[in-house]
Amino acid sequence: MSTEPVLGSEGTQKHLDELAQQTNKPGRFSGLNSWWEQQPRAKQWAILLPIALLVFFLPVINPPIITTEPGNDWPLACFDMARFALVALGLNVVVGQAGLLDLGYVGFFAVGSYVAALWTSPDSSYVHIPYLWTLPLAMLVTVAFGICLGIPTLRLRGDYLAIVTLGFGEIIRLLATIIPVMRGQQGFKEVGHPPGPSDHGVPLFANNHGTPWYMLTVVIIVIVMILLGNIERSRVGRAWIAIREDEDAAEIMGVPTFKFKIWAFGTGAAIGGLSGALFAGQVGFVNNQKFDVVTSVLFLCAVILGGSGNKLGVIIGGALVSYIPLRFTSIAEYKYLIFGVALVLLMIFRSQGLIGARAHLLAYARQARARTKEIASRRRTAEPTKEAAS
Amino acid sequence: MTNMTPDDIPEVISDDAAPAAPPSLDSETAEKAAAERDISVAVGETLVEIDNLSVTFGGLTALDAVNFKIKRGEILGLIGPNGAGKTTCFNAMSGVYKPSGGDVRLEGVSLLRKKQHTITRMGLARTFQNIRLWGEMTALENVAVGLDTRHHTSLFGAMLGLPRHRREEKSSIERGMALLEFVGIADAAMTKASALPYGHQRRLEIARALATDPKLLCLDEPAAGFNPAEKENLMELIRTIRDDGYTVLLIEHDMKLVMGVTDRIVVLEFGKLLAEGPPKEIRQNPAVISAYLGEEADGGAA
Repeated sequence: MSTEPVLGSEGTQKHLDELAQQTNKPGRFSGLNSWWEQQPRAKQWAILLPIALLVFFLPVINPPIITTEPGNDWPLACFDMARFALVALGLNVVVGQAGLLDLGYVGFFAVGSYVAALWTSPDSSYVHIPYLWTLPLAMLVTVAFGICLGIPTLRLRGDYLAIVTLGFGEIIRLLATIIPVMRGQQGFKEVGHPPGPSDHGVPLFANNHGTPWYMLTVVIIVIVMILLGNIERSRVGRAWIAIREDEDAAEIMGVPTFKFKIWAFGTGAAIGGLSGALFAGQVGFVNNQKFDVVTSVLFLCAVILGGSGNKLGVIIGGALVSYIPLRFTSIAEYKYLIFGVALVLLMIFRSQGLIGARAHLLAYARQARARTKEIASRRRTAEPTKEAAS
Repeated sequence: MTNMTPDDIPEVISDDAAPAAPPSLDSETAEKAAAERDISVAVGETLVEIDNLSVTFGGLTALDAVNFKIKRGEILGLIGPNGAGKTTCFNAMSGVYKPSGGDVRLEGVSLLRKKQHTITRMGLARTFQNIRLWGEMTALENVAVGLDTRHHTSLFGAMLGLPRHRREEKSSIERGMALLEFVGIADAAMTKASALPYGHQRRLEIARALATDPKLLCLDEPAAGFNPAEKENLMELIRTIRDDGYTVLLIEHDMKLVMGVTDRIVVLEFGKLLAEGPPKEIRQNPAVISAYLGEEADGGAA
């Protein structure tokens, strides 16, 4: 009788291998996903780079059939898609990763827009600063709003949190109507824009120049994605997913859940504010009419449609939610009906969203995967010798 | 630990478990998983003191002025019939319930009115009777969350990939893999927790609790749903955990397991302390036999 503990007798290695193959990546893209993970970094970049370039020059390429013209200006449509994608990326942190249902996300978007307007529009009596400075400023202010909203409300859960955030979105809109400085429906005209060479008196970042605005937004999206990816593969990202999966268990395992929820709210708010400031700059006009509850729901729809919790998924979701009404102008009126039906169908047939791959939460997952394989193979080879010894 | 001879372990393990890939627990692995934290009390001294602990739900007294001590380095069994207050006692210790009276002290420091995550960080970790893993995360990621108690990276540190973040991430892979290896499920490290076999999930819960580097590890019915061979393996694991420098509090229904693995046993009945002592004494205590072991003794070993 060996005194060595005999452990792990519940499942054989083969069984585990099968499980790892089958269950880790659900859905149609499972083959593609595992193939992608096994490719070396260099090859991944070689594939990604042309796609990135294609996306970056999308407004210039103006592909037929896909284009929204003649109904809508294609470069402007591209900017709108990028803006939605950025919003979805931010909301995904709150809803998709930390699992906090936020129905008032448009409130942060509004705060960002108003920050840009208040500090650049000639209609505002505040100190005027260059437009690009309003982007970080908008983020700071929305983070402050996010924390102020979060501290009293993040003790609530699920439906209750959703109701309170819904109220928050409305409060921001009503404040914009009531407070004289916010100028209600009159709004702010001639919101600033980034500097650039002007062509015959028309600046590069003019309101009707979609291409530069789009490219600026795409660059911002890429930076945000990299930073969010770093967060995802850290203790912060892991804590968020743990809170989403089982908040009580997370708390008992030593995760200060309240702090991490505040961080999630702050991060989401910052991205929402950034997106709002970009929107204000491109449109050049901010008033209280664009920040209603329905817009919040549309943002949420983008996240769920694309694949809650997956960065690439929500970007595609955001772009789609913006693209469909712009491309098919004849059905644009019915967009809420269409998205409603799409969501119902999606929940029935593919509840994880269009691209619902599991997020990776370890910074050194490659090393861990190698270690796991090594241990498994060591165990396989060690088996016969150990039996012979005993 | 003295009352368990190798002869008591049924032969069934060596026969049945042979094809099921039993990992060898080499001393290197055990060392890597060993407790790292400094504990102020010496081995054999009182680590945790349950002092007149009472919990009431409305008019119902679930725990009535219970007193007992947990000494550093021992495996203490907490037993009692269903509804005796075992899990309530756990929940009161780990901060899930607010006690209506009394105190819980870890190394002399009161745990009352402390937040749950603070209590865990102070050194009291637990597993759950009904498994509560984070299903969407892999086994290693689950353990990595447990390791969070020793990490200090801020949101910005993580965002910008600062050196401390990289160091902590590397160490969490090292430590996480060592712990998974220790409980014997390292080959499933990259498998989603919800896809793991039941026994692996139970072991993962233990690894996750160990990851918080506890001074006291509380196991809430860790063998529930196990067959006899698996229970034997688990007993062996619990002993190894103790030998690695951890103190263990064990709630268990299976008398054979409790008697076989614990150094001391505390018996609860109707929220009151019924008896306390080494397994041999408890086995012969008439009050315990009539309250709890009576059927067990008549019906033979479970």
